[in-house]
Amino acid sequence: MTDRTEPRRSFVHSAGIDLAVFEQGDPQGPTVLLVHGYPDTHVVWDDVAADLAADHHVVRYDVRGAGESGIPDSREGYRLALLAADLFAVADAVSPDRPVHVVAHDWGSLQSWEAVTEPGAERRLASYTSISGPCLDHMGHWIRHRMRRPTPRHLRQLLVQGAHSWYITAFHLPLLAPATWRFGLARAWPRVLRDLEEVSPRAGHPQPTLRQDAVRGIELYRANMRPTLRSPRERPTKVPVQLITLQRDHYVNTFLSEGLERWVPDLTRRQLNATHWSALLEQGPKVAGMVREFTGRIENGSSGVGSSTGGSTGPLVVITGAGSGIGRATALAFAEQQQATVVVCDLDLAAAQRTAELVDLLGGAGHAYQVDVSDGPGMDAFAQTVAATHGVPDVLVNNAGIGHSGTFLQTTEKEWQRVLDVNLWGVIHGCRAFGSLMAERGQGGHIVNLASAAAYLPSKVLAAYATSKAAVLMLSDCLRAELATSGIGVSAICPGIVNTNITRTSTFSGLTAEQQAAKQARVSKLYARRGFPPEKVATEIVKAVRTGKPVVPVTAEAKAARLVGRLWPGLLRQLAKLNAG
Amino acid sequence: MASTFTYSDADLAKFREIQQLAYDCAEKTAAWIEPGVTERQATDRLRRHLVAAGVTDFFHVPFAWFGDRTAFRHFHTPLQFFAGGRVLQEGMPYVLDCAPVVDGYTADIGYGGKVGENRIWDRLAQDLQIYRELILREVRARKPLNEIYAAVDAQIAAHGYDNRHQVYPGRVIGHQVTRNTSRAPAGVNLFGFGLRTLQTLGRELIAERLHGRSPLWADGRSSRHAPTPGLWAVEPHIGFRDTGIKFEELLVVTEDDAYWLDDDLPHVRRWAEPARGGSDRTEQAEAAR
Repeated sequence: MTDRTEPRRSFVHSAGIDLAVFEQGDPQGPTVLLVHGYPDTHVVWDDVAADLAADHHVVRYDVRGAGESGIPDSREGYRLALLAADLFAVADAVSPDRPVHVVAHDWGSLQSWEAVTEPGAERRLASYTSISGPCLDHMGHWIRHRMRRPTPRHLRQLLVQGAHSWYITAFHLPLLAPATWRFGLARAWPRVLRDLEEVSPRAGHPQPTLRQDAVRGIELYRANMRPTLRSPRERPTKVPVQLITLQRDHYVNTFLSEGLERWVPDLTRRQLNATHWSALLEQGPKVAGMVREFTGRIENGSSGVGSSTGGSTGPLVVITGAGSGIGRATALAFAEQQQATVVVCDLDLAAAQRTAELVDLLGGAGHAYQVDVSDGPGMDAFAQTVAATHGVPDVLVNNAGIGHSGTFLQTTEKEWQRVLDVNLWGVIHGCRAFGSLMAERGQGGHIVNLASAAAYLPSKVLAAYATSKAAVLMLSDCLRAELATSGIGVSAICPGIVNTNITRTSTFSGLTAEQQAAKQARVSKLYARRGFPPEKVATEIVKAVRTGKPVVPVTAEAKAARLVGRLWPGLLRQLAKLNAG
Repeated sequence: MASTFTYSDADLAKFREIQQLAYDCAEKTAAWIEPGVTERQATDRLRRHLVAAGVTDFFHVPFAWFGDRTAFRHFHTPLQFFAGGRVLQEGMPYVLDCAPVVDGYTADIGYGGKVGENRIWDRLAQDLQIYRELILREVRARKPLNEIYAAVDAQIAAHGYDNRHQVYPGRVIGHQVTRNTSRAPAGVNLFGFGLRTLQTLGRELIAERLHGRSPLWADGRSSRHAPTPGLWAVEPHIGFRDTGIKFEELLVVTEDDAYWLDDDLPHVRRWAEPARGGSDRTEQAEAAR
């Protein structure tokens, strides 16, 4: 942490109100304007501001009605248009010649959206980092869209967000809300932050003016919520926006930003494993780091394309065994759908390089490495290289695996070793090496492990393979529970019969080389005839990362087997005696 | 019938001449093509160029495919092979395919192009070279046709592409071409194929079957034999997402050797260009130097 010098205070007059403005840091640096939410004041930004002051001109202000700023005399004085005008007034006062970077949280974010979506805002605002506060107009369209198309998913989203927004309704009740703040909530606020938001108590926070700030701030809701949500306007923006989603936010759900690209063509999505307030009060340096990265990119003129890793704006994805089949298809799906930076590895370097090239062609950024997933130290080294060169991945897909067929007694110790080394230890090494990096970083993420329908479908001729895959399924279940607090999701994918390379390289116990080749050809043909392409599995993987679905059977047979296994496990045990697999 | 190589040098020169003529007409059409043109208009244009050059009959009617139709996406019925109302837009790939017959000498060509920028197309166009070399190498090694087919498919899988020739009727990657000797009326089409073609093809199908061979080159049982001496129109067709490309040209197979009939073709010239797969304009500029 750096510059802790007291901020310089001044006042800016805007629409009949004097706003208290606090400046610190290097006046020559790019200006970052921090806008606080409800029921906070500029103090909530202390940690973030101190960090950013090292290389930025950091400006904060108390919004109207809060802290040391003036108080509007009527509800009309809290309208969004005035709040946006305040933001522009402060920006003009502190940086008249250069556009400013806006960073806002909670209600600060709502009102900054109003400014950011003003026509021509891009001339005054260089970028916008929004934390936990949607644009009310966008939100209005979001609700309308879901009302018009009430699919089960849409209805669930409406219900969940409605339940999370209970306090907004409460704030519209006369007398009750102010009375709650006056007679208890303000005093209990540090405890609320500690117990619900995991914020450790500190001196000087909450601010001494909390009670009045909170009571007055209720007008923000009453003046703006209903009118804007009822008749939302079309509000696109040309300002580059970085959206930081808080994974454990009790008030704003991640799905609220679905489809935001419609309004914001230049959108960068980031995640932080934090609650609504712990983001600023506990993880200030992390937020500052994200802001610094974003402003740096904009200042260097590389907005739109190129992130810290260069070439793409999407998440960083690591995929093992991506030289062919499901791994390659998954790499391409992430590149195509999310402009991801995809780090692919495979035993076959040429194949991995080819995948990386195709990723580039589809608008992502691909990087290839030669890695043997069964080699623990090698995987650790790979993870360190990836972290140093590209950053900590947002998504890890442990895909590498080999096929093997043989009954228990046919399968030699060596064969057992090989199957477990690749299929199980490969996943263990991947989860250990990258999982610890992801947990340490604290921005959440997702791990996808490729299991198989064989994980829950016993077969006498797949003893080693099914055992390894069942272990992967269980490993995923345990890991999911452990990583939940770190905001890292874990999905196990159970594809079923998919037309990939695995059958052409599968081995069979107790067969001569010639018989092996013949059997490989026969099984490959069978799998090809089934005709289920790896692209469809890739689609399910991308979807699992988005939805966090824990176990994903993909093909019809994988789904059927899972169902039968639950309803009639005895039948699966009978079928396991067949010579199929 | 065609079990031994029966063509004289003069015959081959004629075949080469008509193949050049076909590619020439395709290039002329490509130079004319621009955003807003429909597949039918492009086909008409191609046909008019061919007729003006003295073509009286067609092995099959000319085709044009635009956009994702070059990758044969959503093709379910043979009717979808015919040119339709698809309008060409900036950045789209296209494929022109025609098979003119002059004096019974037949050519069957495929020409891939694009309008504007399309990085995927550039890459596919570059990679086509590998298939042209692979096929020649395998045929020279006199591998069975179905194995060569499998090798091409394996290369396509390694590249991460889709084999679109699998969508062709019979999943053929090539077919034999002979001198058309039918006396049926010229210029009459049935199901997109010239009447003379159908008659000749039918006769060959029967004759080849008697030898346990097929004039059609696919991945099935009937292609489990070494390449038959004669002329083969070979058309590997690759696709990636919504972009597809192919070449089609004549391969000469003798009893103990094989070679492409002509190396002076647009796609071959494109590979010789430095670095990028250029547009027609750069090709002309190269040729003018």
